[in-house]
Amino acid sequence: MKFSSFISYMSVLLIVCLSFAAQAIDTGRSNLNMRPGVSDISNQVYGLHMLMFYVCIAIAVVVFTFMFYSMVVHRKSKGAKAANFHENLTVEVVWTIVPFAILIFMAVPAAYTLIDMEDVSKPDVTVLVTGSQWKWHYKYMDNDVEYFSVLATEQGQIRNQLTKTQNYLLEVDRPLVIPTGKKIRFLITSDDVIHSWWMPDFAIKKDANPGFINEAWTNVNTPGVYRGQCAELCGKDHGFMPIVVVAKEPAQYDAWVAEQEAIAQRARDEEQRLLSMNMSMDELMSQGEKVYGAVCAACHMPNGEGLPGVFPALKGSALALEDIPGHIRIIVEGSPGTSMASFAKQLTMSEIAAVVTYERNAWGNDTGDIVQAKDINAIMYGKE
Amino acid sequence: MVSTTDTTHSGDRDADTQDHVASDHIDDHHHHEAPYGISRWLLTTNHKDIGTLYLWFAFIMFLVGGAMAMVIRAELFQPGLQIVEPNFFNQMTTVHGLIMVFGAVMPAFTGLANWMIPMMIGAPDMALPRMNNWSFWILPFAFLILLSSLFMEGGGPAFGWTFYAPLSTTYSSDSTALFVFSVHIMGISSIMGAINVIVTIFNMRAPGMTYMKMPLFVWTWLITAFLLIAVMPVLAAAVTMVLTDKFFGTSFFDAAGGGDPVLFQHIFWFFGHPEVYIMILPAFGIISQIVPTFSRKKLFGYASMVYATGAIALLSFIVWGHHMFTTGMPVEYEIFFMFATMLVSVPTGVKVFNWVATMWRGSISFEIPMMFAIAFIVLFTIGGLSGLMLAIVPADFQYHDTYFVVAHFHYVLVTGAIFSIMAAVYYWLPKWTGKMFDITLAKWHFWCSLVSVNVLFFPMHFVGLAGMPRRIPDYALQFADFNKWISVGGFAFGLSQLIFLALIIKACRHQGESVSSQVWDGAEGLEWEIPSPAPYHTFETPPIVR
Repeated sequence: MKFSSFISYMSVLLIVCLSFAAQAIDTGRSNLNMRPGVSDISNQVYGLHMLMFYVCIAIAVVVFTFMFYSMVVHRKSKGAKAANFHENLTVEVVWTIVPFAILIFMAVPAAYTLIDMEDVSKPDVTVLVTGSQWKWHYKYMDNDVEYFSVLATEQGQIRNQLTKTQNYLLEVDRPLVIPTGKKIRFLITSDDVIHSWWMPDFAIKKDANPGFINEAWTNVNTPGVYRGQCAELCGKDHGFMPIVVVAKEPAQYDAWVAEQEAIAQRARDEEQRLLSMNMSMDELMSQGEKVYGAVCAACHMPNGEGLPGVFPALKGSALALEDIPGHIRIIVEGSPGTSMASFAKQLTMSEIAAVVTYERNAWGNDTGDIVQAKDINAIMYGKE
Repeated sequence: MVSTTDTTHSGDRDADTQDHVASDHIDDHHHHEAPYGISRWLLTTNHKDIGTLYLWFAFIMFLVGGAMAMVIRAELFQPGLQIVEPNFFNQMTTVHGLIMVFGAVMPAFTGLANWMIPMMIGAPDMALPRMNNWSFWILPFAFLILLSSLFMEGGGPAFGWTFYAPLSTTYSSDSTALFVFSVHIMGISSIMGAINVIVTIFNMRAPGMTYMKMPLFVWTWLITAFLLIAVMPVLAAAVTMVLTDKFFGTSFFDAAGGGDPVLFQHIFWFFGHPEVYIMILPAFGIISQIVPTFSRKKLFGYASMVYATGAIALLSFIVWGHHMFTTGMPVEYEIFFMFATMLVSVPTGVKVFNWVATMWRGSISFEIPMMFAIAFIVLFTIGGLSGLMLAIVPADFQYHDTYFVVAHFHYVLVTGAIFSIMAAVYYWLPKWTGKMFDITLAKWHFWCSLVSVNVLFFPMHFVGLAGMPRRIPDYALQFADFNKWISVGGFAFGLSQLIFLALIIKACRHQGESVSSQVWDGAEGLEWEIPSPAPYHTFETPPIVR
């Protein structure tokens, strides 16, 4: 092929690429590059990233300059005669040694940053982060606060029936709250498959391995709301388990913790009160439908039919039609060796009662069974 | 000495089935007493037939795997769930990866090895022709099993091509058993292919073809074959443990029974990293054949190319941990794997420098294979440089499991491995068919592929850095614009390959101008000394290499 046309095609390609970049920069969004983040470490990581980037650009420019010069000047159509050389010890030694030196120049600062990142000693606050399909659980080790954090985006937005809002797929019902200016240690684990807790603004990505605990830490400089996602493929709804962290000034954080502890206490009192009460079928069904939609529908599907071969159906199943204690037990204990986890921590006894009632009376499962919180209590603690 | 004796044996063996061959008998081999029609292909032990089978199989798998990529890109065209459900989306990403790695790239290289290695070293055939037949013909069954699992209740494998436990054990669908079985068959096929390559190269070189005279494609394949034999059994072990963990109550990867899920990743990546080089070393060999031809100049630094290939192969065994920096490995290991990984860039850099030095003060022309080779050098280098960035552990914490990684490995595998395969096909196709392929179509194929592949993969760097995880069926709104472009690039790249299909079909019908035995002005090597098209049997009398 004619070289002039080769070059002109190449220039067209280059212009396309550049206009791409220009368009993206033009609109002023930060969706082109890594964010520097909000901790000293994340800023160091950003610095390393940019250093590496410029070194790579420099290498590419040097190598491709030689190559393109050769393509322009040393071509047959211009009458170039091939030279005869095919070895040169000096050149070959130089281009082995020089990259080596560049590598050391990059590796040393990277190693120092890495050693800092892995030093989890002397934390001010410790949070146990537990991943499970497909939600996060946060437990403050020094306080009486723990809760689940699940996707808050409505199904209607995901299914394109509603307009998608600004934080689509990056919003949760209850974010993790941490204080600024304190060393926060995260203990990270999983209840089922491997997840990965990724908060880009803290430069933390750590796998949550079932049966093992990983550690990571951060010290956030700026109050704000920070968003991340699960980074390790963890099954069907891997794309739907975001992470939101709210960093507050220490005083506000302390107030938040006190408030949460009070809420937790009230919830326990309420639970005790509900044990002695009976709810009506209508109340149970409407609460049960809500709980089912938020917790169970991800696997057993909104219509109760499950996913054949992956997640069993509840509609018409023997478990949901006959065996009441078995039905309750699988929810509070889970089913070892399967995806069915224990929900005893995530749901209150009245919520479990409602969802069991719902599952036994929805989608044509017309058993008429009514299950109350005290029935759950009986199974869980063996008392009436 | 050894080689002469062995070629005679191999000649005797062939005489059983195919008793007459003449080097002028080139156009039509149906007149043999050899089997006819379908049984010719089923029963063939001829390295050229088997090479053709491998290449067609790889191409079909490339289109099937590509169709799955189209499903993925269609779903990701816009935010929200439109076309497929998340569970099916995961099956598409998983099977796309498995098919492209084991069904497209690896068989394509094996096909090229079958066709070219005997012709490049002056051997009449592969050393073990019947095993050669067997190693090809089990492959279609492996992929039939894998693809049929998609239609099972619960669907096919949905745990990523890396099948991390326990997602692939306790939490997978029952079709996992089929997945395991099909991976076993693929592994057996690869190992047999590798044994054949090694035995052929060790024993059947023409007199005078010393190791340091072998063409680089032969050298890189020899080293690749050793890598295959070393690591395919490790993969077999990994899938077997997944099988017993899922169905027979063992706990290799289950902490509750004393196992460790991270152990799976160590085993998988001990296979997986050499596997990556299995898919790129033959590409280095191809580029090292093509660049000297169209620069009309000897390859610069032949010896250092051989040593660099060996060095890359050895390093591939001590860098697997760089896939696992976020698993919580101790900081000392992270530093070790970071340094070891960065070292890989030294021999790889030597290769790129050698290619540029080969072009330097050459007499360059831009035929189709050279255009693909130049695109390879530029785009593979981009993939190599992003690989260097990924080696830096603190930065890798940010890159890991994002589209930045997807961009990286598609640059080295698509614009790297697959572009090299296309370069090789264009380079040797006239030798195979005796006719020049349709150059206009080839140019369309090249330019459409080159533009679309960059529209497809380059913006993935941006969305990855901005925080988009990989393997998700739906994404936050700030990634929407780039994903639209990526999908458009993906569809265009997919369609561009249909041009290639048309070109290959035309070439197989022997349309086009006849070519000389040398085909390309400047081509050197034994394969260019035999007529075009290459006769059914070549080098029954070994040539003497000076």
